[in-house]
Amino acid sequence: MGPSLRRLLGGIALLVALAGVTLVSLSIGSGNATGVHVWGALTAFDGSNEHIIVREMRLPRTIIGLAVGAALGVAGGLMQAITRNPLAEPGILGVNAGASFAIVTAVYVFGAVSPLGYVWFAFLGATCAVIVVYLLSTVAGSKSTPVTLALAGVVVTMLLSSWITLILVFNERTLDEVRFWLAGSIADRDLGELTYLAPFFTVALVAGVLLARQLNALNLGDDVARSLGVNILRVRLLSGAVVVVLAGAAVAAAGPIGFVGLAVPHIARAMAGADYRWIQGYAVLLGPILLVAADTIGRVILVSGELQVGIITALLGAPVLIMLARRRKLVSV
Amino acid sequence: MIRRARIRLLSRVTSRRRIPVRLERLGISTRIAPWTASLTLLLTLACLLVGAWSMTLGVYPISVGEVFRAAVGFPAAPQDTFIVIDLRLPRVLVALFAGGALAASGAIFQALVRNPLAAPDIIGVNSGAGAVVVLLIVTGAPAALIAPGAFAGAIAAAITVYLLTWRHGISGARLVLVGIGVNAMLSALITLMIVRFPVDRATLAVWWQSGTLHGSDAGDARLLVGSLAILLPAGMWFVRSANVLSFGDDAARGLGLRVERARLGMLAVGAAMAAVAIAAAGPIGFVALISPHIARMIAGSFTAGVLLLSGAIGAAMVLIADIVAQHAFAFPVPVGILTAAVGAPYFIYLLARAGRRARS
Repeated sequence: MGPSLRRLLGGIALLVALAGVTLVSLSIGSGNATGVHVWGALTAFDGSNEHIIVREMRLPRTIIGLAVGAALGVAGGLMQAITRNPLAEPGILGVNAGASFAIVTAVYVFGAVSPLGYVWFAFLGATCAVIVVYLLSTVAGSKSTPVTLALAGVVVTMLLSSWITLILVFNERTLDEVRFWLAGSIADRDLGELTYLAPFFTVALVAGVLLARQLNALNLGDDVARSLGVNILRVRLLSGAVVVVLAGAAVAAAGPIGFVGLAVPHIARAMAGADYRWIQGYAVLLGPILLVAADTIGRVILVSGELQVGIITALLGAPVLIMLARRRKLVSV
Repeated sequence: MIRRARIRLLSRVTSRRRIPVRLERLGISTRIAPWTASLTLLLTLACLLVGAWSMTLGVYPISVGEVFRAAVGFPAAPQDTFIVIDLRLPRVLVALFAGGALAASGAIFQALVRNPLAAPDIIGVNSGAGAVVVLLIVTGAPAALIAPGAFAGAIAAAITVYLLTWRHGISGARLVLVGIGVNAMLSALITLMIVRFPVDRATLAVWWQSGTLHGSDAGDARLLVGSLAILLPAGMWFVRSANVLSFGDDAARGLGLRVERARLGMLAVGAAMAAVAIAAAGPIGFVALISPHIARMIAGSFTAGVLLLSGAIGAAMVLIADIVAQHAFAFPVPVGILTAAVGAPYFIYLLARAGRRARS
């Protein structure tokens, strides 16, 4: 079996898995709607309780989970490629924290901001975080190694979360507004938010996948990439902008969710090899699978109530980071 | 420009004059610049003065003279004695010693990992303590368990990080990354408990999490003094190992250093220092990260003098932050929030300055 056939089959397997996870997410949860009601609720809505649960509660969170998962996965791939750092992802490098801090500040200053308004602040915060983390990592070490970059990201995350705490301690209204959003959750969303965010997700996802060819060139090292006629600076800036849009939109929709962006490119790489065209393509499918699966686990793991998806991804994803760190050599990707 | 040139000149002059300190029997052998030593002493003195002054502040004002009389045991008005000895003095002492312990711990971690961004907060020591304490608080365990629980959690987290990092030995880079991973998992557990349990308990847990000296008592102060009396000399003992390690593992082995034992020792001392500080005062953020920077900026590369100076800086930082946190706002806020809010931007400024100097 040739490599491209294997990759194609892998992609098909991922598609099937994605469909399965989506179906399970629509069929499982509190309330007695089960798999048999899903099809009816989607095609022939009759206003029964089961149909309402599927359509009004499970469908929005599933669709947002799909979009956020894809965004985080693709953003992780982009970041790992442009920093040539296997640990890069929006959560670890502080991009999520930047977006979160900007949103909390906006809620504090301007009062109740709708999630639709969140997104512009999220972009602003994410951009600032990217710049600060990059500068910090070049300053702290002579050249930005995987460890220094990760440390810079964690330091910025710590800093921003303490400022968030500061705001929340002084302002109970803000705390009330953002408490559950801050844990990273896709519960209780309505589709209106998504239709507003959809253009951002779509454009950035397409751009993130289309950049794959240039990412491959970057992967060969700056000199080779330059000799292949790639404008390195432009690719890095463009990728950075796409990361900001993807991570910002994801945070605006679901709060800060870590480790999906870390794990997805590594799983994709293990399945499809080092070609970023496949890595980014797989990431579009793998991200949603992981996120929606984590969300579904969070719904059923507790006897009562549910667990925010951000908590699940951290508990499942942090071991991935530890595993990567334990590798003989932290190969640059 | 002139000022910077003068500072450079000053450091060149002072860096040659270093007093060798040899306590052969204790295995401590280092060189302390008189400049560093006198600065440390000066800072300690300033801390004591500010601490004494801070004891006059509060709802019930007491004059400096009365504070002094009560503190050194002269006969004073009984309510003054009670307020000074039982309420205000322990808090000042805990602020000083917890700040000092955190800062010294940060200096040791940064020397161990050889990266200026390392600190116990980042590799999971704080969140290990946090996870245990939040569990104790939300389940309504007796308050007496909180300090030992925090200590046990911090040490357990450090041991976990050490074991997960072990692979034919320890490397600083791997330690940091594994620490970040462990920290993320522990933080997720803390969030989980805070989200799951009733809001009044969760609020208490959040309050403790941000680091507060509210309710620090004489027991906490005694615990800190006792353990620092052992841990600080131990930290100074490892300074030489740290300096040998900075030549790289092979050279260090060639010089006869047992590399893995030295690393384990440094990790143990650093984690224990952070653990007692957290047990007494909660996880006060950024002190461990920033103080060693300021100390190195003043006194150069890592020596026992820098360790002590960074401890003095940490003590001053927490003391002043606590005075502000206690009196400057409409209601007292946790001191940890203040150290983070002010310390974090200052930290970035420090790094940016260090980077500019490295490039120029």
